[in-house]
Amino acid sequence: MTGSAPRLRLPARALVPGAARGRLLVLAEPLSLWGGLDPASGRIIDRRHPQAGARVSGRVLALPHGRGSSSASSVLLEAVRLATAPAAILLAESDPILALGAAVARELYGRGPPVVVLDGDGFGRLEDGGEVAVVEGGERVILC
Amino acid sequence: MSLHLRDDERAMLAGEAGEGTALAMRIVARMAEVCGAGELLAIESAHVDGCLYHGPSGLDFAQRLVDGGARVRVPTTLNVGALDLLHPGHFRGAPEVAERARRLMAAYVELGCQPTWTCAPYQYVQRPPRGSQIAWAESNAIVFANSVLGARSERYGDFIDVCAAITGRVPAAGLHLQENRRGEILFRLRGVGENLLHADVLGPVLGYLVGERSGRRIPVIEGLPAGISEDVLKALGAAAASSGAVALFHAAGITPEAPTLEAAFGGRRPRAVVDVTPQLLRAARDRLATTADGAIDVVALGSPHFSIAEFARLLPLVEAHPPRPEVEFVVCTHRVAVAWLERHGHLATLAELGVEVVADTCVVVTPILRAKTGTLMTNSGKFAHYAPGNVGLEVVFGSLEECVRSAHHGRVWRDPELWR
Repeated sequence: MTGSAPRLRLPARALVPGAARGRLLVLAEPLSLWGGLDPASGRIIDRRHPQAGARVSGRVLALPHGRGSSSASSVLLEAVRLATAPAAILLAESDPILALGAAVARELYGRGPPVVVLDGDGFGRLEDGGEVAVVEGGERVILC
Repeated sequence: MSLHLRDDERAMLAGEAGEGTALAMRIVARMAEVCGAGELLAIESAHVDGCLYHGPSGLDFAQRLVDGGARVRVPTTLNVGALDLLHPGHFRGAPEVAERARRLMAAYVELGCQPTWTCAPYQYVQRPPRGSQIAWAESNAIVFANSVLGARSERYGDFIDVCAAITGRVPAAGLHLQENRRGEILFRLRGVGENLLHADVLGPVLGYLVGERSGRRIPVIEGLPAGISEDVLKALGAAAASSGAVALFHAAGITPEAPTLEAAFGGRRPRAVVDVTPQLLRAARDRLATTADGAIDVVALGSPHFSIAEFARLLPLVEAHPPRPEVEFVVCTHRVAVAWLERHGHLATLAELGVEVVADTCVVVTPILRAKTGTLMTNSGKFAHYAPGNVGLEVVFGSLEECVRSAHHGRVWRDPELWR
């Protein structure tokens, strides 16, 4: 097994706590989910975004912060309903609009991605495609 | 910091005002914790965006609140819905989607919100006074209320907007607090020609640049002409809130919290300075387009919703340069402007000229346009930003006159004086 490699633990603050695990999709630029994510397919549809076409479903989506329209929380909620949402959302800066979408998803559907903000330079240590886990309280992100 | 709730707030949380209000208070309290607020603040009004249909989940949420007996506690206006209720035939989507979108709009009215259906409530419907605490959603409305009116709102969105309206409370954080409203990044206009400085097109282009460069910092703009119109400031804010997360800007000598440059920065120094040159503005204009100047299929105006003053400028232009029949020409607005157009006989004039007026909604949030492929031209930074992703059309950007004359020619017409 490859479990011998030391795991890196990055301290984080949970906006919406919860455990999750998955493969990282690190966005090079902020993304507005409204006009930027199609909840039916789970794909990035903002054609100005460098990762247009990428699918966020089941991935641990890392983005510096959201952008633009306040309807982003609705898009996230709809993605949760359709099971196309990311497994977790990691941020460099707090983003209340994304946190809200996830919090409402918990109220309505009893599920939704944890949303955490990485402390300090933690966000910069995330590598696209890497396997990560968000621990239950959301206070740590572990690079596996 | 842990959140301190007052007795009446704890009572709402405990369900004493019903389960709908308790759910709303749970969400408000969660968001207070997210932003590290120590307490909640009372608000005077709300503007709610959740009435736009994005899928069944939004209806599930509204219905949960209605079933829980919730009602808004403060005057609450509604943003656009997915349907033009005055002309339901405009909707080109599936009938079952139209039905759910209509039920969503009705659910928000049932919660006690006013059926205003506009993304520009600040122009005629509700102008919150300077310094008032409000909970507004819709990025362009937020930036306008904060910047141009000097009211205080955080960037609210779907769900939290109506939860704030139902509880009458918001987290005491962010832009509600004086100390978080100071400017951080300075944009100085340098060498921008008089033509462009006084043109409507300055708003969206400058706004787009400001949004891109500001990120989440509060921008201060120096060098805008005194007497700049409210519609230009509206367009500026809407574009800045599309390309960036701008919820407040100051325009030195113009907006209420920026009587001077020093006041705009609260006595501190800017953290960054950007000199806005004509070259930077031309480059921002080009980034608003996804395709080269050529044939166009659609002209779409009115994001944010077209004002009466904008219609007054549009009317003589389209009368002088009526659109070719094959170019779809759509203007989105609210019922206040529709009533004005009707009263003055302009609605019929526009219809005869082939200009379609859409109320209650807008063409980038719902399927109204006939064209499914091709190129859309607009004078709106927000339409230009969102149309490619939301309606799948290529975009070219221009001034109001460029849009009208391009529709007349069927291909992009450029004003040679504007961009020199």
